[in-house]
Amino acid sequence: MSAWGAAAVQAVLVAAVAPLLIGFMRAVRARLEGRAGGRLVQPWRDLRKQLRKESIIPADAGVFFTAAPVVLLATSVLVAAAAPYLSTRGPLPGVADLIVVVGLLLLGAVALALAGLDTGTAFGGMGASREMTIAALVEPTLLLSVFALSTRSGSTDLGAIVAAGAADTAGAFTPASALAAAALAIATLAEAGRLPVDNPATHLELTMVHEAMVLEYSGRDLALVEWAAAMRLTILLGLLANLFIPWGVATSLHPLAIAVAVVVFVAKLAVLGGLLAAGEVFAAKLRLFRIPELLAGSFVLGLLAVITSAVLA
Amino acid sequence: MIGNKIRNVGRVAEAALAAPSRLAAGAGLGGSVQVRHVDAGSCNGCEIEIGQAFGPVYDAERYGVRLVASPRHADVLTVTGPVTVNMAGPLRKTYEAMPRPRLVVAVGDCARDCGMFAGGHGVLGPVGDVVPVDVQVPGCPPAPAAIVAALRGVSGR
Repeated sequence: MSAWGAAAVQAVLVAAVAPLLIGFMRAVRARLEGRAGGRLVQPWRDLRKQLRKESIIPADAGVFFTAAPVVLLATSVLVAAAAPYLSTRGPLPGVADLIVVVGLLLLGAVALALAGLDTGTAFGGMGASREMTIAALVEPTLLLSVFALSTRSGSTDLGAIVAAGAADTAGAFTPASALAAAALAIATLAEAGRLPVDNPATHLELTMVHEAMVLEYSGRDLALVEWAAAMRLTILLGLLANLFIPWGVATSLHPLAIAVAVVVFVAKLAVLGGLLAAGEVFAAKLRLFRIPELLAGSFVLGLLAVITSAVLA
Repeated sequence: MIGNKIRNVGRVAEAALAAPSRLAAGAGLGGSVQVRHVDAGSCNGCEIEIGQAFGPVYDAERYGVRLVASPRHADVLTVTGPVTVNMAGPLRKTYEAMPRPRLVVAVGDCARDCGMFAGGHGVLGPVGDVVPVDVQVPGCPPAPAAIVAALRGVSGR
């Protein structure tokens, strides 16, 4: 299998699995809350229906509103194809670089924030302002926590970091990687808009962050935004899984190795998604002004991870 | 511990009944229904029952029905109460903000014929006078099971 073929398999897998991950997390939540819950494929049903519905563009919205869903989905698909989920030998080594991946994720977030402002509604602007505040605090943590791992391989290329971890599994579990994993886990919750930073199931506009920006989207545009949001959660959980538990990731492009990697990747996602959903049952959303404290804490963890990895290496 | 509480309570959702026949209007939705609710002047009795319909016992979510925060995301508008003069505009605007295909479910006797508020000061008329109604749920207030049955008719599951 060529590197491009593996990247295509990866992108399709992430795109296909992302809504199922949301469905699975809702099912875990429902079970713990004593409800029966929806089917696993319900998010796919929702997307299919929204793709068939009419898209309404608000009267005051401009080009940012119409462009944002496409930009958000395109950046998500690019990261899903390039980052080392199944194989560490991606066709685009420049794109699998840590700084590029974080930049692409930020580009999607900025596009959506501009779209929120573009609608001209109070809630859209409020959500955009909050999203940017959180993003400004999260991005440094995302970078720092992975820098702690990149000292091991001497590169910020995610493929090289995961390959180094897969080659030396015992060396992958160090105090530095534990600190970095904690920092990246908190950053993932904030970046993907999960509890305790943002509540994806909220109906109360005043507490919304991500939801407030997408209130005006409908039909096909809404489907693209929700699909991309699900993919971002999958992308971040997948990175968390593969960077810190680099088992099962293919270091060659042999079809069998890729097939094993698919199974391992889906299993890792299910475990992480299940843990996240179970944790959310017990968690309440933090007050907005407490969120910087949480994110500053995760930044300190990331900083400690970098220092530890430099001192102990 | 909360973990023990979860184990002791177990599953509180009632057993699902057989799926009702799907309304023709819900055919394009493919088993996924997102609901936006508008209180057009209700006494809040119907709101309590709608809240129960989405609670753990009746659990409308298992039939593909979900409450959403914006009319732009919704396929179905549930309306309760006689439409008051002040709520007629917001109700009309909410309906117009929804992408097609869109349905209106009028919940409760007041939504159908203004109930005990008929002729009252500030009451404009039943929901059908302001927006086209596709499904009526009778009752004062209707039982959560009746609301769930009406929404299942739309989702077809």
